[in-house]
Amino acid sequence: MINISEVLETNKMIQDENLDVRTITMGISLLDCADSNLEVCCKNIYAKLLRYAGRLVQTGEEISRDFGVPIVNKRISITPISLVGASCCKTPGDYVEIAKTLDRAARELGVNFLGGYSAVVSKGMTPSDELLIRSIPEALAVTERICSSVNVGSTKTGLDMDAIRLMGEIVKQTAERTKEHDSLGCAKLVVLCNAPDDNPFMAGAFHGVTEADAIINVGVSGPGVVKYALEQIRGADFETLCETIKKTAFKITRVGQLVAQEASRRLGVPFGIIDLSLAPTPAVGDSVADILKAIGLEHPGAPGTTAALALLNDQVKKGGVMASSYVGGLSGAFIPVSEDQGMIDAVEAGALTIEKLEAMTCVCSVGLDMIAVPGDTSAASIAGVIADEAAIGMVNQKTTAVRIIPVIGKTVGDNVEFGGLLGHAPVMPVNRFACDEFVGRKGRIPAPIHSFKN
Amino acid sequence: MNKAIITVVGKDTVGILAKTCTCLAENGVNILDISQTVRSDYFNMMMIVDVSRAVKPFADLGADLAAVGNTLGLQIKCQKAEIFEKMHRI
Repeated sequence: MINISEVLETNKMIQDENLDVRTITMGISLLDCADSNLEVCCKNIYAKLLRYAGRLVQTGEEISRDFGVPIVNKRISITPISLVGASCCKTPGDYVEIAKTLDRAARELGVNFLGGYSAVVSKGMTPSDELLIRSIPEALAVTERICSSVNVGSTKTGLDMDAIRLMGEIVKQTAERTKEHDSLGCAKLVVLCNAPDDNPFMAGAFHGVTEADAIINVGVSGPGVVKYALEQIRGADFETLCETIKKTAFKITRVGQLVAQEASRRLGVPFGIIDLSLAPTPAVGDSVADILKAIGLEHPGAPGTTAALALLNDQVKKGGVMASSYVGGLSGAFIPVSEDQGMIDAVEAGALTIEKLEAMTCVCSVGLDMIAVPGDTSAASIAGVIADEAAIGMVNQKTTAVRIIPVIGKTVGDNVEFGGLLGHAPVMPVNRFACDEFVGRKGRIPAPIHSFKN
Repeated sequence: MNKAIITVVGKDTVGILAKTCTCLAENGVNILDISQTVRSDYFNMMMIVDVSRAVKPFADLGADLAAVGNTLGLQIKCQKAEIFEKMHRI
């Protein structure tokens, strides 16, 4: 039988250490909403979203109340819209109409984000993929809750450099279109390599074509819980350190598993996966950077950071997989800058640079995330940053992503305020040397040798 | 059996058990086990209860107990037991 110290431990995690379920994300296939008429397609999409997710927010709140654990976000991911709109969208403006429909549905359903305004172009772009990509700046400027992602490469296909070059321009245009709000549009746009089909976390969530009609995916969190546990064992050896992270990750994930099963049962939608990621928020004590400090670094970015992060990421997975039968999504430690107070502090202290962050992304999920850079960074440089990150993903057979915000009108030393969960960030310098000739080349980077496993 | 865990946390005072139990009795909730401890000067009590014959929806029962807690200056929470079982048992 459960004893009082276990009960108190759980409630302490929730109350004092920010343990929460970060998101219940309902994945919904919109493939059957396609039509050659744009208006009919939009109607189909709106109707299906409301039919499937009508009770999502309410159910999330009920589960939260019954178990006494906060469920911060209720969200929706959908089929990459470039596929759904392919037969009716003839211009980027047509895709924007779909974006508005999605935004209207998200508002009606009360979900704070809807992801899947996306295209998967790992090897090449169809005309409709390209139209969708070109519509992104406008779509993110005129909507509030839509998240967009583009997958530009994979270990199996190599890197689509034409798409990467285009995304450099699209990121810049998105920044320009939302410059009144510190280029906020870019915070809802992510460029991925090896994107998973079942990721519940924004901005990269979409409901892949390998998925069933509807599915429940859950993202857990709890960096504060791990940090607290590590503070109790300061100075201990690596074995103790690893054991502690593993046990804590197990406990956190079990809560996610319970919530996922309940949500699945109550909504009558199959359970997909648990995403084990340690996801920070700007709240004090909810920081992955603080875990790295508890492991023994003065600031993230100090020598040893990559090793500490590798250890953390691996132990989280080892503890987490034991707690759930189906683990998927991104599953690792997130290292966004603006969404993690400890990372912001590290940048402001001069401990953390984009180059070190890039090294860190080799050993954790996901990539260069929520990084504000000067507004005059060129499209080619952004494409170069995307190519670097995608190459890391491609070669290491892992997901990588770039969510970078060239803040129009701001430069190194300025601060940017995104608000809410997106946080705030100091503008970081980008290497000032050019890569135009490299990213200007047409075509693809071939798949790496170790991808040929057949 | 539909188990829930009630936790009472706060400064010790007269009538905590009496008032909590009265509220539970009125709502048709059966108490299976009670344990308590004092930690960092705080009174901690945990009850394992069976809510399968409760006369109210679970959320309303929780609200009633929270209200009793408010009158005593304590925090009373009612949570379904699975969250603790899942977290602490393999």
